Amino acid sequence: MTSPTETPETSGAAPSRPGAPAPTAGPALEVTGLTTTFSRGGRQVLAVRGVDVSVGAGESLVLLGESGSGKSVTIRSILRLYGSSARHTGSVVLGDQDLMRLDAAAVRAVRGRTLAMVPQDPNGSLDPLRPVGRQLEQVLRLHGVVADRKAARARALELLALVGIPSPPRVAASHPHELSGGMRQRVAIAIAVACDPAVLLADEPTTALDVTVQSQILDLFGDLQERLGTALLLVTHDVSVAADVADRVAVMYAGSIVEEGPAREVLENPRHPYTQALLDAIPRPTSERGHLKAIPGSPPVAGTDFHGCSFADRCALAQESCRTQPPALLPVADGHRAACPVANPVVAA
Amino acid sequence: MSPAGEPGPAGEKLLDVVDLAKTFPNGTRAADDVSFTVARGETLGVVGESGCGKSTTAKMVLRLLQPDRGTVTFAGTDVLRARGRDLKEVRRGLQLVPQNPQTSFNPRLTVRSSLEFNLRAHGVARRAWRSTVDDMLVRCGLRAEQGDSYPHELSGGQLQRAAIARALVTGPDLVVCDEAVSALDKSVQAQVLNLLAELQSDLGVSYLFISHDLSVVEHISDRVLVMYLGRVVEQATAGSLYRDPAHPYTKALLSSAPGAPGERIVLTGEPPNPADPPSGCTFRTRCPWVMDTCAAERPLLAVTPTGSLAACHLNLTSRPALAAPSPA
Repeated sequence: MTSPTETPETSGAAPSRPGAPAPTAGPALEVTGLTTTFSRGGRQVLAVRGVDVSVGAGESLVLLGESGSGKSVTIRSILRLYGSSARHTGSVVLGDQDLMRLDAAAVRAVRGRTLAMVPQDPNGSLDPLRPVGRQLEQVLRLHGVVADRKAARARALELLALVGIPSPPRVAASHPHELSGGMRQRVAIAIAVACDPAVLLADEPTTALDVTVQSQILDLFGDLQERLGTALLLVTHDVSVAADVADRVAVMYAGSIVEEGPAREVLENPRHPYTQALLDAIPRPTSERGHLKAIPGSPPVAGTDFHGCSFADRCALAQESCRTQPPALLPVADGHRAACPVANPVVAA
Repeated sequence: MSPAGEPGPAGEKLLDVVDLAKTFPNGTRAADDVSFTVARGETLGVVGESGCGKSTTAKMVLRLLQPDRGTVTFAGTDVLRARGRDLKEVRRGLQLVPQNPQTSFNPRLTVRSSLEFNLRAHGVARRAWRSTVDDMLVRCGLRAEQGDSYPHELSGGQLQRAAIARALVTGPDLVVCDEAVSALDKSVQAQVLNLLAELQSDLGVSYLFISHDLSVVEHISDRVLVMYLGRVVEQATAGSLYRDPAHPYTKALLSSAPGAPGERIVLTGEPPNPADPPSGCTFRTRCPWVMDTCAAERPLLAVTPTGSLAACHLNLTSRPALAAPSPA
């Protein structure tokens, strides 16, 4: 595993920022035992129940799950975006720092610098009143990766070109409403990669886009990773998006990862009954009309309490023990783990 | 096998839409000579990206939006000119399942009241309401007691079942499904797609099924219309469209769906501004096969070698379609 090579622009301008990643050989981001609890009307809602994920430099991990599975809460928790409205346990190690142990100011120095996020809807994250070039320059200057305004302007135009925008000076002078959805998402990606982050987080970055534009943006992620060596943690509900970008896939259900492994393995040879059922529920050219294999019931609402497996109520394989024993995420093949002892009986070593 | 453009021989023409056109006051040409038919018991899928005019077309078919020109004939009635009892009959026979049931149910009424509202509007006797609503809820996979729930008490999938029950409670002939399963999780979406198919085979209802999701449209439809920038660019049976797309836009659309097999055709740029569409073929600005004629002349729908209809100059060698729309 190689560490990201810094571009001359950023390494020259910011020799020793506190948030800069130490070039280590380990994963770029390692999340261990992450939980997130919200207080809702005096009730404790456990939205993320102990998530372990790690992403290496240049690698892309997709968190795949349906609404309410906790996938977005997971990446927002990694960014510590909930502030005092959520309680967390576990650790989020980025380079040599545990974000969960940093104070608010130190987290701010990391956000947008070594750990950046591409939002679902750039309409909500771009300032409608200022030209997008200015917004890019602001990020560069806030994190001190450029020496002055002139350098910021030059770097902003470079970044717009990097994300495939055809005429950077014109786009830099445009306000968000003057750009199409695809262009706005490219700008949001340019802002995210502005400081050459070690890890890029993306929350459903193509859901708001048309399919022909979506494929352009997904290609852009692959291209940027290749050029910048960034680790990517992308959240989606769309199996085909996962198949397109992921090196590895982690499937989430009711706040936990139920299966994790190499993308091809998980999507072509799923080992957890939920993953299997989810993939079977998607219409394919061969599926007969009226006979899709639907999963009975609906996903549990966030914060439901479970004694055993959270999928037991909808699972065709469920046994009595599933309702009492929470399943552990155990290896089922090389680099492939699944949290279902029924589908994957443990063979004594 | 039915010929490309027309419904199968068994299907009586239920809905006949001819040359619908709509330009909004801001200049957006949302529908430009859109023509199609739906047969009894058939599902016509409509695909296209945002802004292609698929929802505008649906609204005009439902007479929720007045077209600039064109006609909509439903079961022999001129929908756009119908009045009084005729209009009421059209409204009963032509129902809508909207995309988001959360916003289409009155939050202050129980699901039962919302369904009864639809019965009352169509003059069903009050004493029949309860049994009619209960029957339809059960048919749609809900329990009769769930009719007494308020919308916020049901899950997204349950509420979409209720929305389907509400549309079907008047015994319609055609239901317009405008992105009716798009807001649902995949595991629940499959349940609702199965329900729609089951109701169709039991009740013989037709669907005009609008979606941006290619795999869903392929699954549910008998025939498919592909729209781009307010125009129908291709019309084919579901099988032949997905096996053998004729229009360059359809080819690109199918190949750019993530996970699609074969080589991806990457379109440059994005759909042009619908208020200022390109001359000639509106797809020419993004088409990998663009030729000189494409800017000069608008291509008309013509029969392709595979029997579909496609509006593309590359297809000119074949004979013109019987019902090609005339240019404005």
